[in-house]
Amino acid sequence: MTALTEPLAYEFFVRALAASVLVGLVCAVIGTYMVLRGLAFMGDALSHAAFPGVVAAYLLKAPFYLGATIAAVGTALAIGWITRRGRLRGDTTIGVLFAGMFALGVFLFSTIPNYVGDLFGFLFGEVLGISGADLVALAVLSIVVLGVVTLLWKELLYSTFDPLAAAASGLPVAALEYLFLGLIALTIVISLQAVGIILVVAMLVTPAATAQLLADRFSRLMAIAVVIGAVAPVGGLYLSFWTNTASSALIVLVETAAFLLALALGPRTGLLRARRRAVDS
Amino acid sequence: MTSPRPAPDQHPEPVRLVGHGGEPVAPPAPSHQHHAGHGGGPPLSIWLVDVSVGYEDRPVLEDVDLRLPAGSLTAVVGPNGGGKSTLLKLIAGLLEPWGGTISVLGGRPGEHARAIAYVPQAEAVDWSFPVAAGDVVMMGRYPRLGPLRRPGARDHAAVANALELVGMTAHARRQIGALSGGQRRRVFLARALASQPDLYLLDEPVTGVDNATQEDLMAVLDAEARSGKTVIASTHDLASAAQHFRSIVAVNGTVVAQGDASLVLNSDVLLRTYGGHLLFVGERAMLLDDAHHHDEAPAGEVHHHEGTPGRGARRP
Repeated sequence: MTALTEPLAYEFFVRALAASVLVGLVCAVIGTYMVLRGLAFMGDALSHAAFPGVVAAYLLKAPFYLGATIAAVGTALAIGWITRRGRLRGDTTIGVLFAGMFALGVFLFSTIPNYVGDLFGFLFGEVLGISGADLVALAVLSIVVLGVVTLLWKELLYSTFDPLAAAASGLPVAALEYLFLGLIALTIVISLQAVGIILVVAMLVTPAATAQLLADRFSRLMAIAVVIGAVAPVGGLYLSFWTNTASSALIVLVETAAFLLALALGPRTGLLRARRRAVDS
Repeated sequence: MTSPRPAPDQHPEPVRLVGHGGEPVAPPAPSHQHHAGHGGGPPLSIWLVDVSVGYEDRPVLEDVDLRLPAGSLTAVVGPNGGGKSTLLKLIAGLLEPWGGTISVLGGRPGEHARAIAYVPQAEAVDWSFPVAAGDVVMMGRYPRLGPLRRPGARDHAAVANALELVGMTAHARRQIGALSGGQRRRVFLARALASQPDLYLLDEPVTGVDNATQEDLMAVLDAEARSGKTVIASTHDLASAAQHFRSIVAVNGTVVAQGDASLVLNSDVLLRTYGGHLLFVGERAMLLDDAHHHDEAPAGEVHHHEGTPGRGARRP
């Protein structure tokens, strides 16, 4: 029992818990639409694209949120625009811009003469170091993202499932697409401190992917993803506290474990089903 | 309004294309009343004058002239790649025309979007998507609900009614991918019905479905047309077009002909629509297998394959 309550005595741990649960929640909601839209790779691209923004903000002594948002949203819009106009496949454009932006970040990073621990935190996540002010900013941005989805969940769903019919009946499908890319970018900015650039994609994709193995209705899929997204950080943080290991890695590992469990036990893929089939035949 | 076009009499066509007499007039400007009347007939729902459209820099349809009154039940026929789907997308406002004038329900394409129900080809849909049949039908209500508002009693009633009309009430809670091809088409027609449109634009709504489904769905569409709705559906199944629709638009790069269902029996029209895909045996014209991808040939249609003249080679 004390193993569970002991960490709560530390303010940094409580802050980390609040931040990572919030991040897990927002990531799961956005990730559900992302997975259904086939944009999993986009999450990876935009998080890496945020890196030059973070480094530039550091160099200019601006808030990292600002730099990361500009870089990620800018890249998201550029990917959308180039794909539409350049007759390139989406994954091609993403591949080019993703690596290019990350290289720019690495280049800017290498211009800084001395070691900068803060910036490494953005690569691998440092949720235990999150400040009270960071938490407030994170909460505000989370409310913005969740608010937009609450307002437009139907429209996003219809334009994801059947964009032609949705557009013909008057939904602004192209605008919704750009808006959604913007939401992905904001979600990544929210997640950078907690899990870091390299692991954000797991927070976005894994809960929804796990839910896809278990549910065949959208509402249930979203619900399962949200539960995983909100619970996994709690498990991950405790494991990290007890074993004194990297928190972001453990959060992602807990989610990955949930995915593997669903894979093993789920109705479509599971071992149970395989065994039942064996019994039937 | 853009420039009025010259009379279509310039086109030396063997069949009078447009079923209504009188001089063609350019469509009304969008600001005019909802349905512009013409010559005392039923109000026009669709009016295209000299329209061309394509993808990138490749034209698909050129010089399209088309007039369809409200309450018409129209099959768009033609070869694959002839522009059937493109014509539907153009009317749906999904494609910008390159030129010409279009009036849809008395406005620009897309202006009265909420009065339009478009159903894409089955191939365009991700059937693994996590939605149940009832969820899909409810999507038909989303545009009129607008942001923030959740579906209410009226929406649920409209969905239930639409599912009932297509005979899918018992399957409302099943994931769409778990349904048969015919049931999927039923669900998509139910979504269109639930949106209570004035104009139905259906891309191959009965392709690849069993005869019972085809009869059921066409009966529903027939009833909608009789109640004044405009129904336009593409099909590459000429027998079905002649049997189930009251008017035919033959398309191959342009509108080749427009008229009543007997049009598909006119060998001249068929030749102009299908060109080299047509085989004449005595007085009868036969359509060589034009990449028909339905599972079974409907009653009355015999598919002839090159190399096996005279033998109806049915798909296994």
